[in-house]
Amino acid sequence: MSKGRYGIHGGQYVPETLMNEIIKLEKAYEFYKQDKEFNDELNFLLREYAGRPSLLYYAKKMTKDLGGAKIYFKREDLNHTGSHKINNVLGQALLAKKMGKTRIIAETGAGQHGVATATAAALLGLECEIFMGKEDTVRQALNVYRMELLGAKVNAVETGTMTLKDAVNDCMREWTKRVDDTLYVLGSVMGPHPFPMIVRDFQSVISREARAQILEKEGKLPDVVLACVGGGSNSMGMFYEFIKDESVRLIGCEAAGLGVDTDKTAATMAVGTEGIFHGMKSYFCQDKYGQIAPVYSISAGLDYPGVGPEHAYLKDTKRAEYVPVTDEEAVNAFEYIAKTEGIIAAIESSHAVAHVMKIAPKMKKDEIIICCLSGRGDKDVAAIARYRGVDLHE
Amino acid sequence: MSRIREALENKKSFIGFLTAGDPSLDRTEEFIVEMANAGAGLIEIGIPFSDPIAEGEVIQAANVRALSAPEGCTTDMIFEMVARVSKRVSVPLVFLTYLNPVYKYGVDIFCRKCRECGIDGLIIPDMPFEEKEEVLLSAKKYEVDIISLIAPTSEDRIQMIAKEAEGYIYVVSSMGVTGVRSEITTDIEAIVKVIREVTDTPIAVGFGISTTEQAEKYGKMADGIIVGSAIVKIIEKYGEKAGKYVYEYVKGMVEAVK
Repeated sequence: MSKGRYGIHGGQYVPETLMNEIIKLEKAYEFYKQDKEFNDELNFLLREYAGRPSLLYYAKKMTKDLGGAKIYFKREDLNHTGSHKINNVLGQALLAKKMGKTRIIAETGAGQHGVATATAAALLGLECEIFMGKEDTVRQALNVYRMELLGAKVNAVETGTMTLKDAVNDCMREWTKRVDDTLYVLGSVMGPHPFPMIVRDFQSVISREARAQILEKEGKLPDVVLACVGGGSNSMGMFYEFIKDESVRLIGCEAAGLGVDTDKTAATMAVGTEGIFHGMKSYFCQDKYGQIAPVYSISAGLDYPGVGPEHAYLKDTKRAEYVPVTDEEAVNAFEYIAKTEGIIAAIESSHAVAHVMKIAPKMKKDEIIICCLSGRGDKDVAAIARYRGVDLHE
Repeated sequence: MSRIREALENKKSFIGFLTAGDPSLDRTEEFIVEMANAGAGLIEIGIPFSDPIAEGEVIQAANVRALSAPEGCTTDMIFEMVARVSKRVSVPLVFLTYLNPVYKYGVDIFCRKCRECGIDGLIIPDMPFEEKEEVLLSAKKYEVDIISLIAPTSEDRIQMIAKEAEGYIYVVSSMGVTGVRSEITTDIEAIVKVIREVTDTPIAVGFGISTTEQAEKYGKMADGIIVGSAIVKIIEKYGEKAGKYVYEYVKGMVEAVK
């Protein structure tokens, strides 16, 4: 059995052409994560460029309105580029440079990871190509132009369902064509080992900060920690340092689309079964013959038929719970947090906010929820308007 | 000795690939017979997959055609087709598929069905050496060879893979995905030499080969050549009527590789 296992999940299921490259990546990462110079450089970038630490914000009005637990938001939406994706990208792009690579490639769904990757490439002087499902380039046209402004080439992927999974397929294909000068900067805690570990480590800054911040503000640990889950990078980052705190409930909110009882859903934990795909053993939405199912969510960032292997393990061991949230619930939450707290949160993050709205009223007033606001929602405004039948002329 | 090894040893073989169900399973059966009649030494049958990450555009499109056929193209239907065609041809038949369709089907049942219907080997491009335990026990139990791939980037891994190889060794000629290439720059002879230091398992070269010139060239370096995309392109072009064109193409390549 290969390295990178989380229970039975994880592994390295990639074509032979990529094996030496992911072994090299693992060795480089194991070296640089101990390297003071690398860490100093990364921490400098996170602080001076990305704007870390991010705020832990007490949502007073929402707490009062919902009438239960105290609600805190971990404001990853305030990072440079507008989401948590920058945490991982700065780490991986710096690693690429140290490895002597001159080019980085990445998949993107909503465009947040693509924008973050293009940003890091511009900053560090790397060539950059992004793979994005054609359907997502339409849903998130603004982000496509942002990436181009940043100097990246955006490839619209026209295979399969033309969404995130197909972008991952084409990005992997591109990497097998050109490994010498290129690193695949994977955007989530998925894919073959060492990616789930690397991305989790770089994203764990979220919970490292949040844990210290809540102890300082409240003098105690939260009762519930919540985040949305697609591939699972912001949630793994938000959960990681709390895993050892057994009193803290960890809840991942997946995109149910039109509902888990319909075929228009992307709720992998609710409807998926064990499989091996995109380099990892984990849970996937698939048919009985192992064909990967077309999935659906209003959120391009959660529109993925699988989930990272460490989440699969947290589910198996019951350390974390995973709940489905529909399009309608997420859109309501998007509007609610805008009106209540003056925060336009990403539609992805709004899935987590929707679940906060469900559980907070049932909790005691001295109990605490921390919800990760993984990104800002400017990119979603046009889609929400369309959802509500509003005709916008930009 | 395995049927595959027996068929490929001490000669130069042409190995043909096609995607099952493209354009229909009945035609796949016919095309396999045509390839065998034209002198193919072994035939690789692709089980179509929704997300074939090691394939280029030509075979990706074949996967889409097969999976979207009105009558469907499931793994069970492919087993039934193979059971019919294996009675009509004597060359070994091998499946090429991704790990998920095998894993989801149930590795042990999958391997048993392979044996029952006449499949002699399995090529799983997303199952590298480190992960082959996933199917190895069941494959051995039912005497299905696991075909190992060696890539231009394998370097220090070549001998580790070659030592445990079964059936034949699939040397990937080029970086990237499957597809026709006008030029192949990998030093195949050097890779073959390193393999030969540790094993005499037959070696076949694939990825990018389409012309008789390439067949001749790589036929000299290895025990066989593998052609997929060029055949799938013929099937794409002529559809239901591709049989005689597949036969003619394979016959020309068989002559060239000898």
